[in-house]
Formats: sequence, C-alpha cells, structure tokens
Amino acid sequence: MTASHFALLVDANVDVQYRCPVYKRFTAAGAPSSLERMAELYGMDSLHVVVNGARYDLEGVDSRTTLLDLIRERLHLTGSKKGCDHGQCGACTVLVNGRRINACLSLALTHDGDAITTIEGLAGGDTLHPVEAAFLEHDGFQCGYCTPGQICSAAGMLDEARQGQPSYVTDDADHVELTDAEIRERMSGNLCRCGAYVNIVAAIRDAARPAHGS
Amino acid sequence: MKPFVYERARDAAQAVAALVADPDAVFLGGGTNLVDHMRLGVASPDRVVDVTRLPFDRIEQLADGRVCIGANVRNSELAAHRLIRTRYPMLSQALLAGASGQLRNMATTAGNLMQRTRCVYFQNVTTPCNKRQPGSGCSAIGGYTRYHAILGASEHCIAVHPSDMAVAMSALDARVVVLGPSGERRIPLVDFHRLPGDEPERDTVLRHGELITAVELPALPVAAHSLYRKVRDRRSFAFALVSVAAALDVRGGTIADVRIAFGGVAHKPWRATRAEEILRGTDATPEQFERAADTELAAARSQPGNAFKVKMLRNTLVAALQELAGAA
Repeated sequence: MTASHFALLVDANVDVQYRCPVYKRFTAAGAPSSLERMAELYGMDSLHVVVNGARYDLEGVDSRTTLLDLIRERLHLTGSKKGCDHGQCGACTVLVNGRRINACLSLALTHDGDAITTIEGLAGGDTLHPVEAAFLEHDGFQCGYCTPGQICSAAGMLDEARQGQPSYVTDDADHVELTDAEIRERMSGNLCRCGAYVNIVAAIRDAARPAHGS
Repeated sequence: MKPFVYERARDAAQAVAALVADPDAVFLGGGTNLVDHMRLGVASPDRVVDVTRLPFDRIEQLADGRVCIGANVRNSELAAHRLIRTRYPMLSQALLAGASGQLRNMATTAGNLMQRTRCVYFQNVTTPCNKRQPGSGCSAIGGYTRYHAILGASEHCIAVHPSDMAVAMSALDARVVVLGPSGERRIPLVDFHRLPGDEPERDTVLRHGELITAVELPALPVAAHSLYRKVRDRRSFAFALVSVAAALDVRGGTIADVRIAFGGVAHKPWRATRAEEILRGTDATPEQFERAADTELAAARSQPGNAFKVKMLRNTLVAALQELAGAA
C-alpha cells in the first residue's frame, strides 16, 4: 500500500472512511470522470452502515460484495465466518436492525442505513451477552468455527421468541415456551460439524431463562 | 459473479420501467435464491433493481374480508401475523415449515413465489438442463430423481417448485397482484406458476418487467380449519419430498367444503381439484379420503428414484384429512 493510498483510508471528517484505490485511480485519471459513469461501468457505489455502533461511510463498494465479505474483508471484523456461502450453514449469521440473517446471501449495497451487529458487538464492554456467557458455561462448541453464527443466531432467536413469533413445532402461539424441541427447530439454520448440539441447546435453554432476559 | 449495476428502486413505476428498458435486468427481493444463483452462475443479470425498499410491507384486512399481503412482507412476519395464524393456519404452518429462521427473516412474499427449483442439475452449470439452457437436455431424467416431479412433468423437465408458502396459497385461491408497463393485473395463484411443457425455462406466466406488489387472500371461512403437513428427509430446514395443504369443513359428518394442494411433486403447486370434487358433499370417512387421493394420483408418473412419492403423498393426504376431520 502506498502512502497516497493510505491517506485515502483516513478522513478526519467521518468516523471511518475507506476508498477503493482502483476507483480513485480512474477518477484521478480524468475520463471517465463522473461518479454515475463509474458506478454504471463498474457497479460500485457508496454505502453508509453502522456496525457494532460505529458508523462507516464507505465508497467504491463493488456491487458484487456480500454483507459477509464487506464485514470480513473491508471492515476486518473476522468473527463472522464463511462456511458454505450458500445460506445453509449459518456460520455467517449477523443481526441486521435486530433481526438475524445470513450475511453471505445479502448484497452489501442493500444495507445502506442499516444497523448491523456481529459477534464482536454483542458484548457490552467486558460484560458478555447472556448467550455468550451460557456458551462458555455449557461448552457450547468444540472447534469454534460455527460459534459466532450460533451465538448471533441464538440472540436473534431469543428476541423472536420473546416477541411471540411461532415456529413449526409451536402448539400455542399465544404462549411460546422454549422447550428443547423449540430450540432445535428454531436453530436449524445453524450447523455444527463437531456435533456440539447437545451443549448448544443447553446453553440456549439457560440463556432463555427470565433471569438472563435482556 | 459477473459484474452488474445495482440500483435501488424509488417507486414501483420506476422499477418496472428499469426492467422494461433492460432485458437483462432483474428485481431483487430478499436475495436468498437470486444472490446464490448469481454466485453459481445460474443467473447473470447485468442490472439488479432492488425493490425491497418499496412500501409493500403491510398485511391488511380489506372491508370485504380479503387479506392483502404486501410483496415485501418477510416470510417470518407473515407466518407470525395473527390474521394469518387464525384465519389461514395452513399458510402460517407452510411458511414455518420452509427454510430456516435466518432465511425467513430475509425472504419476501414475492420472492418466495419467484424462487426457482432446487433441482441439482439446474443449479450445477456443468450439467445439461432445459430450464437453465433451453434445448440442452434434461439431466434429471435417468439421473437423481428423489426430489423430482410425479405430476404434470414433461419429457423436457421433471423439476419441482420448491415453495411451501405457494402450496398453501394455491389451496387458498390467492391472487397475485402485478404491476406491469400497461398497468395492474391480478393472476390467480393456481395459474401463476406453469407446468414445464416444452418451455421449462418459464417458471411463471409473468412477463419481463412485471412486478409483484401484493398477494390477496379471499375471506374463505373453510381456511380457518386447515393445516400444512410436510414430509422431508430431515425434520427441519429441508425441502419437501411431498407436502399437503388442506382445509376441511365437516357438518354432520358430511364434507361441506374442502381445499387441497400438494407441494414437492410438480413444477407448480399442485391444486388437487379432482380430489376436492370427490370429497365435496360426501361423508368424511377414511374410505372417501383414500378414494379422493387415489383419483387425484391416478395421473401420477414417477421416476425410478421417486416412485415412493406416490404412496407417500397418498398417505400424507389421507392423514391430513383425518386429522382435520378428527378435530372438527
């Protein structure tokens, strides 16, 4: 990285600002000059997101970038993992405006203005999120690769249950009770190749208790 | 992934105009299927028009009792909505039987209808597929057919439509509200998806540039007593081998009204009209349920890998109707 490229990464006017060196080179060369033309040719655009409470004003975001790749490769928050990259394993699960989604299947540019929480942002300072604490307490992992997705997914799922959202195994939607069957059904979008499911379910059951409710 | 221009639609008319102006442009909803297909090379649009910010995000009961579901309502919201849970339980159950919690938070109502088959040969760009590349042949015929059609297939394609939601909507006589360059039209959901025939590349009757804005459900009192039963290879987060959406109204032992649709067995949600005809006005007995199932399935044509589906579907339908009759 050259000094001029590095200078582009720092801008005192905003919290954090990144600029794509390629994008800058084209605009500096004169023609093609207009931003619209650049976006038209290269599918790049600006993007404003809040991730874990920090605002990012990004420019030159390639339209092909997924939210997962943006978080990992551009913002260097590598807690969210790329497992299958097809929405089948859940390792990439993050919360967008409080709702859990698969970041690997979501184009970054669709998230302009959104507030995103990754595994790095769940804890409040040194105080672990109840789901994080419960995973430690119950050994809810072995290799740990699926864990950030499991924990973000569980945090989102507990909110869904508190809001009274039913699942396929819910008998009485007016009184959602997080039995083991409910937890397993609601967490089926997160796979664990180590097979730590028994302890994952125990951790989530523990975190779901009212004492841990946030 | 092939480079493309990303564009956020300002309003519905502009979104339609953007597609009309570009034959290689597509609408983007939740992205759960399209983004995957763009990465796999199954889809390679040069322009992606994001319609998720358009204001079609409400579920409303209209004065005449119809329920209007906005195209952008997420699957999880629709499944949890009280109107849907109480008046159309089969729809809530179908939604909850599909995908995972994360995917249901992303997937939209319109996108669910527009999702494409999960036929392994369609999703693998190295294998011939008439749906992905017309005229190239069907790799599924004579290949892996466990998840393929037993009803309404053709010599060109034996893929199935993967949606659970659409199966319930088919049974419910839903209508799809569509905005096109020449205005709005309503398409009955039973006519929205196509059988493959000799044009398997066409999943639906939508024309390029037409935008789904809503799905309407009729008042339909029989739907309050309904269910969705799905059989799959694992208990959760799997596509259907077979599924049944059924609603039943039994009065004094006689069937006053009934609605039935099948999933996982055809290129479109399969509305079982022959079974419904037999059941209306007859006794709600296991024998009649079996007769209705056998009549509907007389047209079934299975592949070596999915012959089990005929009996599985018959048994699933009979069990669903017995459950509804028993709880009546």
